[in-house]
Amino acid sequence: MLQRLRESKSAQGTFLALPTTIWLFVLLIIPLILTLIVSFGKRTPDGGVIYTFTIDNYTRLFGYSTDCPDGQASCFDPLYVNILGRSLSLAFNTTFFVIGLAYPLAYFIARAHPKQRNFYLFMVLIPLWTNFVIRVYAWMMLLRKEGAINIILGWVMNLFNIPFTPLEMLYTPGAVLVGMVYEFLPFMILPIYTSLEKIEPSLYEAAADLGANAVKTFLRVTLPLSMPGVVAGTILVFIPVMGTFIVSDILGGRQVILVGNLIQRQFLDARDPTFGSAASLILMVMTLIVTYFYTRKFGFGEEIVVA
Amino acid sequence: MNPFRRSPFVIIAAVLVYIFLYAPIVGLILYSFNASRTNVTFEGFIPAFSERVVMDGSLVKSSPCGPFHWYCDLAKNNDVAEAAGNTLKIAFVATIISTVIGTMSALALQRYNFKMKPFSQLSLYIPIVIPEIVMGIGILTLFSQVFGWANNAFNLVGDARLSLGIATVTVSHIAFMVPFVTLVVQARLQGFDKSYEEAAMDLGANEWTTFRRVTFPMILPGVMSGALLAFTLSLDDFVITFFTNGPGSTTLPIYVYGLLRRIITPQVNALSTVWILVVFLAVMALQILQNREQKPQH
Repeated sequence: MLQRLRESKSAQGTFLALPTTIWLFVLLIIPLILTLIVSFGKRTPDGGVIYTFTIDNYTRLFGYSTDCPDGQASCFDPLYVNILGRSLSLAFNTTFFVIGLAYPLAYFIARAHPKQRNFYLFMVLIPLWTNFVIRVYAWMMLLRKEGAINIILGWVMNLFNIPFTPLEMLYTPGAVLVGMVYEFLPFMILPIYTSLEKIEPSLYEAAADLGANAVKTFLRVTLPLSMPGVVAGTILVFIPVMGTFIVSDILGGRQVILVGNLIQRQFLDARDPTFGSAASLILMVMTLIVTYFYTRKFGFGEEIVVA
Repeated sequence: MNPFRRSPFVIIAAVLVYIFLYAPIVGLILYSFNASRTNVTFEGFIPAFSERVVMDGSLVKSSPCGPFHWYCDLAKNNDVAEAAGNTLKIAFVATIISTVIGTMSALALQRYNFKMKPFSQLSLYIPIVIPEIVMGIGILTLFSQVFGWANNAFNLVGDARLSLGIATVTVSHIAFMVPFVTLVVQARLQGFDKSYEEAAMDLGANEWTTFRRVTFPMILPGVMSGALLAFTLSLDDFVITFFTNGPGSTTLPIYVYGLLRRIITPQVNALSTVWILVVFLAVMALQILQNREQKPQH
C-alpha cells in the first residue's frame, strides 16, 4: 500500500483528495439522496416518516387538494403554487435591483485611482461580513413605525408643513425586498468589480480614438466585457435569495411567506418532513433550471470564486 | 484621456449606494447607546456615570457604565458568553480541519490525475449552486435518521444517546467550508511558478522536502486567506447551524435570531456593535495579508 502510494502519481492524488471527497459525499450528496427518498414518503402523526412510494407531497405542492368546499372530491388549491411563484418573482426582482445598485458602485471603484481602490473595496467588505441576522435586525429598526425612516420623513414633512402619519413599512412585501437587496448587494459588487478591473485601459483609448463618445464606449466596450461579473453575481444572489427564510421571517412577519419559510415550518412547527423535503427538492430544481438556462446563455464566469 | 475620470452621475450614484450600505449599520450602533429599555424609540444617550443603575419607567437615567450601560449589561450576560464560546470553538475546529483537507484536495486537483478527479472537482460546486436551506434540511434528515437508528440498535440511554450538538454543527460547517478553501488554494496554485520546485529537486531535495521547504511556504498566503475565509464563513453561518444545532450548542447568530423573535433591548445592538468591530478588525487583517501577498516575492 505504502509502496504504491510512493510510486503511483494517481494513487497520491486519490489519497490527497479522499478526505474532502468523502466528507462532501457523506454530508452533501447522501443528504440530497435522503431528501429525495423522504419526499416520496408518508408522515406519521408525531413527525416521523413511513418509507413508501407516493407522489402525494408533490401533487399537494402543485395545488391538488382533497379538502374542498361544497363536497367536491378534489380541487385546485393555489396556496403553495403562490408561495413558489412569490419566491421566484422576489428573487428576480431582488437580482434586478441589486444589479442596478451594484453596477455604478463597482464601476466607481474600478475606475478609481489604484491607491484608493483598496479602501473603497474595504468599505464594501465590512457590510458583507457583518452578520446576516444583524443586518436584517438593522432594517427592522429602520423600517418600523417609530423607526429612523419615519422620523426623518416626519421631520422633512414638518419642514414643509405637510401633515404626516408614520408609514407602516415593516411586515410588507416591500420591506422584504429592501432587506433582500441590502443583504445580497455586496455579492454583486465584488464580481462586477473584478471583471471591470480586468479591462485594459487601452481599450477605452482605442474606442475614443475611433470616435466613440462616453455612452457608446460604455455600451460597446465596458458593458459586454463586464458581463461575466454580472453573471457570476447573479448566481451568487439569485440562488440564496430563493432559499432564504430569515429576511421574510423578520421583515415580512406572517404576511410574506416564501418557500424557505414553508420548508422551515414543515421541519420545525408542522412536523411534516416528507412535505418539507418535497418542497426543498422543488426549490433546488427551480434554482438549477434558472441557473442552467442563465449560464448557458451567458457562460459560467470564473469571477464566482473571487467573491 | 484620463482613465480615472468618472462622470459626476457615477460619483453621486456611488455615494448613494454607500449611504444605503452604511445607514443601517450606523443606526444600529447609535441605538446601542439608547436610554430606552424597550429600544422602540431613541430616547437619547444615557448620560451620567453613577454608583448604581437608576431607572425611570423604561428609561435608564444613569448607570455605573454611563453611555456604555448596555455593553456592561452584555458583559454580564452568561448566555451570550456561552454562545460566543460555542461559535469560536466550532469555528476553530472546523477551520483547522477544512484548511488541512481543503489544501490537500487543492493540491490533488491541481497537480495530479486520478480516477475520481471530475467527481471531486464537481462536488466542490454543490454549496454554490444549491440553496443553503436544502443542504440544511438534508443534513438534519441524515443526522436524525442515523442517530435514531443507532440509539435504537444499541439501546443507548441518557447521556450516551446521540443527539444534535456542537459536534454535528462542526461536522456540517466543514462540509460547506472545504469547497471554499479548496477553490481559493487552487486559484493560488494556478499562478504557481514550477521552476522553483524543479530547482529544489535538481539540488537534490526529495519530494517531501521540496514540498515542505519550497511549495508550502509559497502557497502559505493562499492557504491563510482560505483559512480566514473559512473561519468567517463559520462564524457567520446561520442556516446550516439552525438545522444542526441542539441544546447547549447555540451559536451567536442563532442566539440573536432567538432574541429578535422575543423582547429586544439595546443589548442586542451592543452585541451587534462589538461584533461589527471584530469583523472590521478581521477584514483589515485579511486585506493586509492579501496586500503583502500581492507584492513581489523578491
